[in-house]
Amino acid sequence: MAWLSLLPLAIDLVLALTLLWLAWRALTSPDLFRAVVLFIALGLVLGLVWVRLDAVDIALAEIALGAGVTGALLLAALAKLQPAESQTDEVAMMAPIALRLPIALLLIALLTGLGLVVWQLWVPAPGLSNLVDARLDEAGVAYPVTAVLLNFRGYDTLLELAVLLLALIGVWSLSTAPHLGDEEPEPALAALSRLLAPLMILVAAYLVWVGAYAPGGAFQAGSVLGAAGVLLRLSGWRLSLSATGWPLRLVLVLGVAVFAFIGLAVIGFGQPLLGYPQGWAKPAILTIELAATLSIGAILAALFIGGRP
Amino acid sequence: MLVSLLSVALLVAGAVFFLAGTLGLLRFPDVYTRLHALTKADNLGLGLMVLGLMLQAESLAAAGKLLFIWLLLLAASATAGQLVASWAQGKGIAPWRG
Repeated sequence: MAWLSLLPLAIDLVLALTLLWLAWRALTSPDLFRAVVLFIALGLVLGLVWVRLDAVDIALAEIALGAGVTGALLLAALAKLQPAESQTDEVAMMAPIALRLPIALLLIALLTGLGLVVWQLWVPAPGLSNLVDARLDEAGVAYPVTAVLLNFRGYDTLLELAVLLLALIGVWSLSTAPHLGDEEPEPALAALSRLLAPLMILVAAYLVWVGAYAPGGAFQAGSVLGAAGVLLRLSGWRLSLSATGWPLRLVLVLGVAVFAFIGLAVIGFGQPLLGYPQGWAKPAILTIELAATLSIGAILAALFIGGRP
Repeated sequence: MLVSLLSVALLVAGAVFFLAGTLGLLRFPDVYTRLHALTKADNLGLGLMVLGLMLQAESLAAAGKLLFIWLLLLAASATAGQLVASWAQGKGIAPWRG
C-alpha cells in the first residue's frame, strides 16, 4: 500500500494545477461575467489550498471574503458596467504588439528576479510563533491567531477596520444607492432568505465566540453577516427609512469606535496604547470583536448595495 | 471494519453521482437538463458523501454538523436551480425536445 502515501501529494498537485489553470482562464477570458465566475471558483480552490496548508483561518477568510463577498461585489459592479462593456473590450483588444512584447519581457524579468529572491530565502525561518506561544497566557484568548489579531498586533486590526470604513465612505461619496424596482422577488428566494438569515446570524455569533479557542473571529463572522445582508437585499428586503439614518451609521462606525475607545482608555490605567490591563484582556477582546463583527457585516452589505441610502 | 467498508461504499457512490452530474453538465443539450444533472449531484452526491463521512465522524456533534451542511445545501441548491430555471424561462429559452 505504498502508493497510498502518494495520495496527499496527488491531491496537492491537482489543487495547484487547478489553481494555476483557473487563474490563467480568469485573466484571459474576454467575457467579463465568465472571468468573475472563474475568479470565484479560484477563491474556493484557494480556500482548499489553505486548508491543505493547515491555515484554516485564512481558508475561512478567503472563502467568505475572497470568493463570497468579493464575488458578489464584482457581479454587482459588472451589472452596472454592462452598457459600457463593448467599448472597453475593443480598446483592450487593440493593444499593439509593439507594446505587448516589452511588457511581456519586463514581466518575465520581474518574475525571474522574484523567483531568484524567493529561492535564496529558502531557509526555514523561526518566525514569531515561539514568541506568541510564550506570551499566550497573557493574551486573554487561547487561540494564537486571535491573540495576535486582537492583542499583540491589535494596531493592524484597528487600521484594517478603519480602511473598510474609509472604503465605504468613498463609495457613499460617489453616488446614492440605486432604488430597487417594485417587482416581487422570486418566492423561492424569499423563502430561502427567511430560512437562512436567522441561521447566518447564529453562525456569525458562533464564529465570534469560537474565535477565542479555535479558527473563527470577527472578520469571518462579519463576512457571514455581510453575506446575510446581500442575500436579504437580493430577495427584495430593505431597511426601513427610519433605520437608514443615524442607527445605520452608528452600526457602521461601532467597530472602529469601540476598538479605538478601549485602546485609548487603557492609557488611563497606565497601559500603553491598545495594551489591555492584566485580567481585562478577555472581556476587552470579546467586546471589540462583537462590535467589529456588527460593523464589518454592515459595511460589507452596504458596499454591495453601493451608494449612500 | 464493517463501518469503514460501508463508509467507503457510500463515499464511492457519492463520487459516482458527482461524476455523472459533471458529465451531464458538460454534455446535456440545454439549461434545464443541465440543471437536472447538477442538482442530482448536489443533493444525492453530497448526501451520500455526508453519510459516508458521518460514519467516520469523531463525535456526535461533528456528525450533526455534517448533516446540517447537507440540509443547508439542499435548500440552497433547490433555490438556485429554481432561480436559474425561472430566469431561463423568462428569457424565453424553450426546453429541449429530443
